[in-house]
Amino acid sequence: MRHGKYRFIIGFLAVPVALYAVLVISPFIQDFQISLTDWSGLTPEKHYIGLDNYQKIIHNNLFWKALWHNVLMLLIVPLVTLALGLFFAFMLNVGGRRKGSASVAGVRGAGFYKIVYFFPQVLSVTVIAVLWEQIYNPDPDNGLLNNLLGDVGLTSLQQSWLGDPSIALACIMAVMVWSNVGFYVVLFSAGMASIPGEIYEAALLDGAGRFVTFFRVTLPLLRDTVATGWVYMGIIAMDGFALVQLMSVNNGGPNESTDVVPLLLYKTAFRDNSQYGMAAAIGVAMLIVTLLFAVLTLRLSRRERIEF
Amino acid sequence: MTTETFEDTPGPADKSPNQVAPKSAPDASAKHRWGGEGVVLNVFSHGFLVVWALMVAVPLLWALWSSFKTSGDILSHPWSLPVHPHFDSWSRAWTKAHMGRYFINTVIVVGFSTFGTMLFGSMAAYVLARFEFFGNRFIYFLFVGGMAFPVVMVLVPLFFVTKNLGILNTLPGLILVYIAYSLPFTVFFMTSFFRTLPTSVAEAALVDGASHTRTFFQIMVPMAKPGIISIGIFNVLGQWNQYLLPLVLNQGNTDKWVLTQGLADLAVQQGYQGDWSGLFAGLSIAMLPVLAVYIFFQRQVQAGLTAGAVK
Repeated sequence: MRHGKYRFIIGFLAVPVALYAVLVISPFIQDFQISLTDWSGLTPEKHYIGLDNYQKIIHNNLFWKALWHNVLMLLIVPLVTLALGLFFAFMLNVGGRRKGSASVAGVRGAGFYKIVYFFPQVLSVTVIAVLWEQIYNPDPDNGLLNNLLGDVGLTSLQQSWLGDPSIALACIMAVMVWSNVGFYVVLFSAGMASIPGEIYEAALLDGAGRFVTFFRVTLPLLRDTVATGWVYMGIIAMDGFALVQLMSVNNGGPNESTDVVPLLLYKTAFRDNSQYGMAAAIGVAMLIVTLLFAVLTLRLSRRERIEF
Repeated sequence: MTTETFEDTPGPADKSPNQVAPKSAPDASAKHRWGGEGVVLNVFSHGFLVVWALMVAVPLLWALWSSFKTSGDILSHPWSLPVHPHFDSWSRAWTKAHMGRYFINTVIVVGFSTFGTMLFGSMAAYVLARFEFFGNRFIYFLFVGGMAFPVVMVLVPLFFVTKNLGILNTLPGLILVYIAYSLPFTVFFMTSFFRTLPTSVAEAALVDGASHTRTFFQIMVPMAKPGIISIGIFNVLGQWNQYLLPLVLNQGNTDKWVLTQGLADLAVQQGYQGDWSGLFAGLSIAMLPVLAVYIFFQRQVQAGLTAGAVK
């Protein structure tokens, strides 16, 4: 029996652990090693050069610019997305007309809204990027957005959305928000549905209006879910690779105004003379920033849990 | 897409516990307050909800109906509906732009990799959840730690690892990479799922003489079905929509491309050739199957995708 147990454990773990070790852990460790070399497409031999790559990164304006764009995304995108998600979830669950003696009521057709809002979540980033590229098309007759603005007489607002360095990044962030709000509406709705009706009733009896109820009852009780949502959104904002690579003019342009760190890594590794060592160092820098973000979020969101 | 349609659709929220009628009716003044506020708020909330629904649905519908127009029509009247629907752009996208081939490649890759992920992920998770042995915790945290780091970070070494193994630019290689990178979340979720299942059934099976392997496949897997379905859907969508990994690891032969690569390429090509309706047809080919699966299984999909956040 004992013998059989260990054979079983090894038999079941062998394949997944081997796959994981070879394709995930070993590249992860190698990344640190490569980041200390001058390895590039031009020099097939690896030479250890210490922390030179990191020093170059620190003095590289493009890196800081790309990182700044990621930080901007990290600050703005989760905030807007989560706020909209909470707002719509509250509308769906508590915003409806009261029927009979129910203390709170969801709007009619809440299920339908949730289905539609969730659409972008199941689509690939590629689909979303290509679609929005067409919507943002600068041609006033041709792009959906510019055409719409023209039709309602707001010709002055017509823009070269992705071609103007001052708004290109904001346009891409808007798409990020657009595609992620639905997820949080569904997530927060589930959270709100699990808040017992009696709590709302008590607030109602105490004379709280709906807005007070939202800020004093719903939001504090959803704190954990919101914190988790923040981490998820932060991971998405730290990436941004696919959207920027597919939508922006010239891969991070115009004038690097939309470049993000993952895209910089990709370009460093697979273009620009394939500077593998440098790209690996950017990867390590990214890991550090990501971990910092995760630790900070967990620190800020730690608090006693309210059980109900 | 009118409000009337919404009204006909009773949603799950109508059954939410929020609405359980209280035993004693709230006092009259409060009722009055909320009643008055309710009407205004109801109009207000419906207004916002409808606007967002349109903002989500119209771009998608626009892509779909544009695929039935000619390129000239799309250029001159981007908003107009197709009066005389053309279907040739679809056949053009399917054959000339090879979206058909990419579609089949994607089905093959995602089919095998999701199956592999669920099989190996559940096997590892079951052992980690139910057996005590030296190194259990270590292996568990090794897997779970994988959720914390961004895949982009390891692009360079991963490229060379697959190259050295001879699986770069091959579909089996892509399948193996997808499985490996889907394991952390799958193991994490399935481990906690197996822990919630009762131990007595498996023990009874073992007493009756079933082997551990047989107990797993014939007793535990059927019991864990809800979890396997949720995470399976999560993996299908994640792998179907994967763009970064094929972009780097499946560059070589265009015959082996997956849908996301094909669509990205089509968007670039279209810039030179001006085949707008072909692009929208390609977009629809990539978009519709996923949306259809979602609408059909929407409850499970929503549960599967939010499972990670709810814990």
